Amino acid sequence: MERYLLAGSTFFYLLGFAYSLLQLGAGKFRPGRLNLYAIAGGFVLQTGFLYLRGHAVGRCPITNTFEILVFLSWSVALAYLVVGTTYRISLLGAFTAPLVFGLQLVALLLPSAPAAARRGPPDGWLELHASTSLVAYGVLALACVAGVMFLVQEKQLKMRVPGSIFHILPPITTLAEAMKRLLWFGVILLSIGIIAGFFIGTPIGRIKSGASMLVWLVYAVVLFLWTRNVLHSHRVAQYCIGAFALALVTLPAMYALGGMLAK
Amino acid sequence: MNIFCIGLNHRTAGVSLRERFAVEEGSVVSLLSELRREAALGEAVVLSTCNRVEVYGLSGDAEASARACADFLQRVAGAEAEFYRREQAEGARHLFRVVCGLDSMVVGETEILGQVKEAYAAALRSGATGAALNRLFQQAFRVAKQVRTETGITRGAVSVGSVAVELAEKIFGDLADCRVLLLGAGKAGARVARSLQSRGVRRLVLSNRTFERAAGLARELGGMALHFDQWQSALPDVDIVISSTAARGRLLSAGELAPVMAARGDRPLFLVDLAVPRDFDPALNDLDGVFLHDIDSLQAMAQQGVEARGLEVERCEELIEVHVAEFLSWARQRPDMAKPSLSAAP
Repeated sequence: MERYLLAGSTFFYLLGFAYSLLQLGAGKFRPGRLNLYAIAGGFVLQTGFLYLRGHAVGRCPITNTFEILVFLSWSVALAYLVVGTTYRISLLGAFTAPLVFGLQLVALLLPSAPAAARRGPPDGWLELHASTSLVAYGVLALACVAGVMFLVQEKQLKMRVPGSIFHILPPITTLAEAMKRLLWFGVILLSIGIIAGFFIGTPIGRIKSGASMLVWLVYAVVLFLWTRNVLHSHRVAQYCIGAFALALVTLPAMYALGGMLAK
Repeated sequence: MNIFCIGLNHRTAGVSLRERFAVEEGSVVSLLSELRREAALGEAVVLSTCNRVEVYGLSGDAEASARACADFLQRVAGAEAEFYRREQAEGARHLFRVVCGLDSMVVGETEILGQVKEAYAAALRSGATGAALNRLFQQAFRVAKQVRTETGITRGAVSVGSVAVELAEKIFGDLADCRVLLLGAGKAGARVARSLQSRGVRRLVLSNRTFERAAGLARELGGMALHFDQWQSALPDVDIVISSTAARGRLLSAGELAPVMAARGDRPLFLVDLAVPRDFDPALNDLDGVFLHDIDSLQAMAQQGVEARGLEVERCEELIEVHVAEFLSWARQRPDMAKPSLSAAP
């Protein structure tokens, strides 16, 4: 049942991805509802999968790389549904669909990993730490997507004659606003995750905690300098992409966390 | 009974002739009434815009009625003109092309749809339409909607003013809160400023070497005049600068603007340089948050828009043919209508 739910959600994300590709290829993309419905459908099925998996393991289902990737993909979809629809940046969906589809495809291609059953009493702080950190990474992934869109549109606006993508991308001030809200949201969640990490009963490895602190610090400094008008949106967009790449490097540390949860 | 259309437009008559035939909004109802009586029309709609004057009618003898319509219009206008005539399938096709903007001076413009809707509404209110023209015009509005939704005929800007507006909207989104500085009192700059005002810009500052000319244009456009030696002091507070002065050298360099941009924080600045020789240093475009477009760039974008629309015309014509066939199929079911055949597109 779990795999069917996951395959179903992957199909929905593929649908959103294919629709975006076709529309963008035809040069007539109009922010429509199909993207939203596709991602919402994928999200519902993914939530079902995580619920069943959570029941099976008796905790938040982030016990191995496979589950972490699915959870991360779920977080990106959640952030899109909250931010993309609220701020009506529908095109964010066109860029989000390939990301969530890609994450989930990698998860599905991984060798089938059985759910790791809980051994010993649950640690609420550990689960809060892990889940909020992953949702934060999902939100920051979307900030990275908004950053890419910002840089593309900025380049188009600087060109003598912009290309066809210029017509379908949102205004750069809208994208800058989306980046700012996503950064705030992501940094707050990451902060909660890190604070929760201090209360975990089992000590976390130095590499993992150091990497998490480094990612948090980069995002916090970028946000601080941006709000103080020291950094321009252009640089912030570049840092959003760079910092998320750095965050992806910490995924192996997440895997270590998964191993620890399984103990 | 046959549907027909007679008229003249920007391709068949010059503006001096078109203005003679133009029908004032207030006299449409009385004109319709007289026209129906004189030309023995069962139904009629009069469309009068700055680019065309057309009569759509339904008559048992379309040829005689079309002639009578032309005579009547010439008598009212006090001038002679060559009218084109389209009957049945060609008449329907012509109306569909008109509402889709394919017959407009600027292909794909959407203002014509509103004008046709108003003309039809006026005829409907005065009881000049019946089943045939109601069906024809309702179908025309459906074609226009489908064409706008399914093709790119309305996409892209096709004039310097609309290109500037499109760029501004891709930078700032809503233009209502944007402040515009216009340097020079030339027509080109004023046109772009008007385009921006038509999209919501409310605050406009004008500066010219001759202050009186700036003040005059400011009164006309509803803005505020500024002495020319003070225009740089306005830079931190404006979002868009349009320049069309006759200055021989550069008015603004990257070195001068860089500290201003630092003081502006994260707010972008859009520079529109319409002057030849150019007023702004091209290196300004390399600054973060500065977007500079000169007259060549704007004209190239407008030309690109025209070409892109041209590529969409064929797709529009295909959609129109489907609707022409649908309308003719409906007409064939009507006992009071002639049995039309689908003729080739003109």
